[in-house]
Amino acid sequence: MKNKQTEVGGTNRRKFLKLGLMTSLTAVAGASIVTSLAAQEEETEPAGEVIRLLTPDGKIVEVNASNINKYPEAHIAPEESQKGIPGRKFVMVIDLAKCKNARKCVEECQKAHKLDEHEEFMKIQLIQNHEEGQPYWFPKPCFHCDEPPCVTVCPTGATFKRNDGIVLINNERCIGCKFCVTSCPYSARQFNWGHKEKFDDKSQPYSPETSIPAAEGTVMKCDFCPDLLRQGELPHCAKACPMGVIYFGDKNEDIVTNGEETVRFSQLINDRGGYRHMEHLGTKPNVYYLPAVNRQFPLERGFDIDEKIIERYKDVPYVQDLKKQGKI
Amino acid sequence: MNIDTRKRELVEEFSPMFNKSSLLSNIWIGTLILIILVGLYAFVLQLMNGHEVTGMRDNVVWGIYIVNFIFFVCLSYSGAFIAGVLHFFNSPLKNSISRIVEVITVLSLVIGPIFILLCIGRLDRLHYLFLYPRIQSPITWDIIAIITDLIGCFIYLYLTFIPDFAILRDATKDAEIPNWRKKMYKFLAIGYQDTPTQHKRLHKTIRIMSVMIIAMAIVAYSVLAWIFSLTVQPGWNSTIFAPYFIISGLYSGIAVIIIAMYIIRKFYKLEKYITKIHFFSGGVMLLIISLLYGYFTFSEYFSRWFSHKKHDVDLLNTLFSRYFWQFIFANYFGILMPIAILFFKKLRTVKLVTIAAIISVLGIWLNKYLIVVPTLETPYLPIQDTRAEFVHYTATWVEWSLSLTGIAAFCLFFTLILKFVPAIPMSGIIDLEIGKQSKKEKNNPIVTEF
Repeated sequence: MKNKQTEVGGTNRRKFLKLGLMTSLTAVAGASIVTSLAAQEEETEPAGEVIRLLTPDGKIVEVNASNINKYPEAHIAPEESQKGIPGRKFVMVIDLAKCKNARKCVEECQKAHKLDEHEEFMKIQLIQNHEEGQPYWFPKPCFHCDEPPCVTVCPTGATFKRNDGIVLINNERCIGCKFCVTSCPYSARQFNWGHKEKFDDKSQPYSPETSIPAAEGTVMKCDFCPDLLRQGELPHCAKACPMGVIYFGDKNEDIVTNGEETVRFSQLINDRGGYRHMEHLGTKPNVYYLPAVNRQFPLERGFDIDEKIIERYKDVPYVQDLKKQGKI
Repeated sequence: MNIDTRKRELVEEFSPMFNKSSLLSNIWIGTLILIILVGLYAFVLQLMNGHEVTGMRDNVVWGIYIVNFIFFVCLSYSGAFIAGVLHFFNSPLKNSISRIVEVITVLSLVIGPIFILLCIGRLDRLHYLFLYPRIQSPITWDIIAIITDLIGCFIYLYLTFIPDFAILRDATKDAEIPNWRKKMYKFLAIGYQDTPTQHKRLHKTIRIMSVMIIAMAIVAYSVLAWIFSLTVQPGWNSTIFAPYFIISGLYSGIAVIIIAMYIIRKFYKLEKYITKIHFFSGGVMLLIISLLYGYFTFSEYFSRWFSHKKHDVDLLNTLFSRYFWQFIFANYFGILMPIAILFFKKLRTVKLVTIAAIISVLGIWLNKYLIVVPTLETPYLPIQDTRAEFVHYTATWVEWSLSLTGIAAFCLFFTLILKFVPAIPMSGIIDLEIGKQSKKEKNNPIVTEF
């Protein structure tokens, strides 16, 4: 790994993770695509920065850096999506000290998953741990638990846990009993209550990895964007965050990155007192939080948003106080 | 006593019940059909527009459909339990009311699961439950339990019907009733001639089935409670839920039986068979169960209140603010009033026992509502949403209409069944009379000893 980093030049950390993911690309989207890419390359443009890649079968190939993510997105059918990306154990770390409720993660996620105004896979809540504590912004995706209550109770196997740690929903299998919604202690799941036009848009074939198109009468939730992970990219929320709040990475490799800095996962958790939300429930989430200490922004900065969004937090005592003082 | 003539007498006595089509009964059936038609319209609406037409949203994903489901299924299990106990201990009460109990059991077990179907987003994929079953899901357990119980109850009900079908077949041979009816009786009686061997064999089978039905009811009850208590939600994750559901089911079951007894006795003028004794004993049973049920309810909420874990406190705050009056009615009024009425021997009259039963039924339904809805409105992470319908649940007219349809269908089927077989098992009456006679003439061995 280290060698490769120096090879690339170490300037762009994001490329580093891309590479890390690329080196062991899955059998599905892996070797064949990379080699065919390399072949394409020879024909078209020879110039540019050349990167050497290790294919899963141990060969080293040279690929033009500008082409590295241009290969066609492989469609992952529901059956294939059950397997997961080999050798991976995805993990997310959310740094609460940096979050200022900019909502870019929510917006990008909505755009990418074709979600409507109130449909949010990533929700930003205002949480107050106790009366003395100041509230903090709490971005909440699906926690992709290792002991997922939703998967246990699903009567048809429509929601499943993959080898790479991701919990997905196959909405072609879902019967809409909503038992998973009631059993999730984090309210991560949403139900499609009525018919919407976007469900009929079949231009993109359905894949549990993209969650598009959604279907009436079925459940949906944050999917950790496996389609991007297969391409060696970060999930939409992590990419979109201007503050670098969301770190994403691989527990097996012990690295996480927010696109700007790449750090050791274990070190980050140990140094910064990382924790999992409601550990006592025994669900073993794969989303870790770094406590909101030494905050980079005052809480009030989070209220520079739409009135409607502020209305959501009206029950938090701190917000009521702010309103009384006329600050918001 | 000549048994054959007695049988004929009984059929003659009960036959007006079959042919009765007074103005009152016509209005009754007409109203029920009207309610069902409105319900069907509501169902089509829900099918076409999706669950958007209900009051359920992302936080409260289960509403009164699930409440009705629990209510009817509990009713059925308690019916099975009571029928089983009556038969197994050969209680003299069984001869008059066992049919009512058994019909309630089967009907509510047919109607209950329909409510869970209403709650399913994709009815077109229902067969996936059998194509891709996953055994660790409590829903799969519930499906297995309900299907087993339904089959068991049908067999049991049919077994208890056989002697009456035989009586009807024999007695209506020359009577002026439609031909299809005679054929039906003949077919359903499967050649039962009431010979001593047949009688003995049938009663042995019924007895075995009654024990099995009690066991099945307990299993099915517990599985139903586990759908809730196996989750980690505050308010549901409780170790006493399974026995609590059994007791509350028995409570509503006995109460509904008392109400049904009252209506049937009034309408068909069966004061001779359903006597004050039945209401008195029903009242005593209801009293015992209400004490137990009150004890369970108290334990459940008391431990939550006393240990005051944060999320339990949140739930109790919801219950005692938004649901204050419902909570008071369900868990104070609905338990203490029946106890107050039934505690005094003097008050255990037909009317007052029935009133106590009505209060219990309403209380139980509301109690189940307070178990399902407020818990979903108080999740671990606070609901931060601006849309009122996503924060609080209010059932829409579609849901109410379909709930009423369930009750109407229950009443309609009950009425139709009673048009086909008498509300009082005739074979039971004969068994009872023979029993009395043989006690009187103990030394006279001529009387048939079945």
